[in-house]
Amino acid sequence: MSSDYELSDNEYYDEDDDEMMYEDDDGSASEMDVDFKITPSAKPKSYEIEYESLTQPQVEKLITQDVEDISGIFGVEPDVASLLLRHFNWNKERLIEKYMDNATAVSVAAGLALPEKAEPSSSRSRSTGSSLGLGIRRATRRNTAEQPKSGKTKILERVSPPADDQPFVCPICFDDSQTKTLSLSCEHKFCSECWNTYVTSKIRTEAEHWITCMAEDCKLVATDEFVKSALKDDAKTFARFQELVVRQFVSCNKNLKYCPYPSCTHTVSCPAGASKSALTTIVPIVSCGANASHKFCFGCAIDADHRPVVCGVAKMWLQKCQDDSETANWIKSNTKECSKCQSTIEKNGGCNHMTCKKCKYEFCWVCMGPWTEHGTAWYSCNRYDEKASIDARDAQSRSRASLERYLHYYNRWANHEQSAKLSVELYAKTERKMEEMQITSDMTWIEVQFMKKAMDEVFKCRMTLKWTYAMAYYLAKNNQKELFEDNQRDLERAVEELSELIESSIDPESALALRQKVTDKTVYVQKRNEIMLEDTANGYLEERWNWNIAVDGFDEPAEIAI
Amino acid sequence: MAVSTRRLQKELTEIKTNGTPVGIKLLQADNFESWFLSIEVLGDTLYQGEVFALKFRFDSQYPISAPAVQFVVDDYYKAPVHPHVYSNGHICASILGSEGWSPVLSVISVCITLQSMLAFAKERKRPPDNDGYVIRARAPENPKKTRFVYHDDEV
Repeated sequence: MSSDYELSDNEYYDEDDDEMMYEDDDGSASEMDVDFKITPSAKPKSYEIEYESLTQPQVEKLITQDVEDISGIFGVEPDVASLLLRHFNWNKERLIEKYMDNATAVSVAAGLALPEKAEPSSSRSRSTGSSLGLGIRRATRRNTAEQPKSGKTKILERVSPPADDQPFVCPICFDDSQTKTLSLSCEHKFCSECWNTYVTSKIRTEAEHWITCMAEDCKLVATDEFVKSALKDDAKTFARFQELVVRQFVSCNKNLKYCPYPSCTHTVSCPAGASKSALTTIVPIVSCGANASHKFCFGCAIDADHRPVVCGVAKMWLQKCQDDSETANWIKSNTKECSKCQSTIEKNGGCNHMTCKKCKYEFCWVCMGPWTEHGTAWYSCNRYDEKASIDARDAQSRSRASLERYLHYYNRWANHEQSAKLSVELYAKTERKMEEMQITSDMTWIEVQFMKKAMDEVFKCRMTLKWTYAMAYYLAKNNQKELFEDNQRDLERAVEELSELIESSIDPESALALRQKVTDKTVYVQKRNEIMLEDTANGYLEERWNWNIAVDGFDEPAEIAI
Repeated sequence: MAVSTRRLQKELTEIKTNGTPVGIKLLQADNFESWFLSIEVLGDTLYQGEVFALKFRFDSQYPISAPAVQFVVDDYYKAPVHPHVYSNGHICASILGSEGWSPVLSVISVCITLQSMLAFAKERKRPPDNDGYVIRARAPENPKKTRFVYHDDEV
């Protein structure tokens, strides 16, 4: 144990107790609060990034601001402004520019007004164009006579000819007992039941926030108010609709990202991680305010903490693992290469006398030497040390070296991944152990929490370690890589020691001593993890890391060293 | 009664009382799940004298969702050789997809659209990716499961 990293007991337990108090209030979410409370006061760490978690109402507030701005400038209803913004992917400047240029054309393109030429009848043009009157028109049986008469609605008219004194027949469901109809300002009337089914299906099954009129070729779009009235009392579907609008807003703003965890509605704002060029110097790992476990990368599509590796390298590694690992493992354990032409050969039976199918070279499967020296020893080989065999095996091992090298890193990566997957079990086991300790020794509940704290730390460090192997695989061989691997080794050793301590059996007499040991080790491991992350993060800023392969945004490697 | 049933019943009554447009005939409509209609293109076109059969399949969401429409390919009927019709009978037409479909369209209006699609054809040719779609990629049984990219709107 290195005394450098030991904190005094007092300091450590103070921090511990603080956290306990939060945990009493409400389970897992409390850690997040603690993190947030600590971050502003503590010195910002070089491997952490500034970000802010927003709830859906907070994002809605941002949306309302934009909508009110536009509504004020153009003098239109907020609902209209919202549709204009959505049409322009929330690009306010472009919308203002285009709208000032030609308001009518923009309104038509955004589905707010009907194009002039499509409405020859003068009676209909009053409700569109300049006024942008998007109010919902409710009709009852009495005023169904105002059926639209334009070329656009040919089929509509064909299936339900308008007649002054006949009851309204919805052209979709053909129900003539409906008394309530709805229509957008294009006045394509349909019964409210059909609108309800249509809007619900657009929102629920197509995840669509842009809902056009049901009539063929009609491009008019439903306002929020219309959607709400079409959905009637279905508050859940309307909430989903609002979420879809928020999602579109978030996806259009590069400083915002929606939490990728299923059914989470939080958004993270992280301007520092938004530019592509920043991704060569930082790993913007953020987590949303809903749950501390909702960790994801702001810069790429990985839904987990991939520090200390930058996005470009992490992506390359995952791709490689997906493509190669299983195949590579199989090749390694089941095949050898022809010592002459390096073709990969699987031996699936027969004697050791091999003839390469490709180059017809004859060799011995056991020693890989040429068969000419073997005579008639078909099934046994005692020539392992012959010069020719050694040469052949050398050639083979060179060609295998790059595969071996990859597997070295991959297996360690996979090992930490596997351990992390087993952590659920281990947590349960630790839980039992903590209970046991409370019974066998005189420790209180709060005094045994050091075990859980140690588990948390082991889990966290395994994630760091996992990604350090991906990083090491791509790091060019130099002194910097050696320093990196030193840090990696120190962290790995410490983590393994701590995890061994956690799993060791408890002897009532030595429980106190174990507690001291585990606590000290936890602090040490924490420190080592911090050093690892801090050093890599600083390395990016100082441009210390060189890759052995071309990585997006970095300089080309001086030499490819694999 | 499901909306789709009521709507199809009405369409059927309409067809039985007012008849079908020229060149379109109702072959079979025994239930409200699948219908068969025949179409032929009259006048001086590339498909003169040929009769094609269309198979319509409806789900309970019809007419909110589009019907699955394809040309029948069997011993008797063949799919027309057309740049938007695959040899397995699948049709690449925007009105049959979720963006182009409108609930006011009907079985007959789909037939009319497909009839005019054939009438305006300039050459008898399969889609350029026919082999890729039909043979290699193993097209799904239901054409609605395919995401077509609508190449052009001319024919």
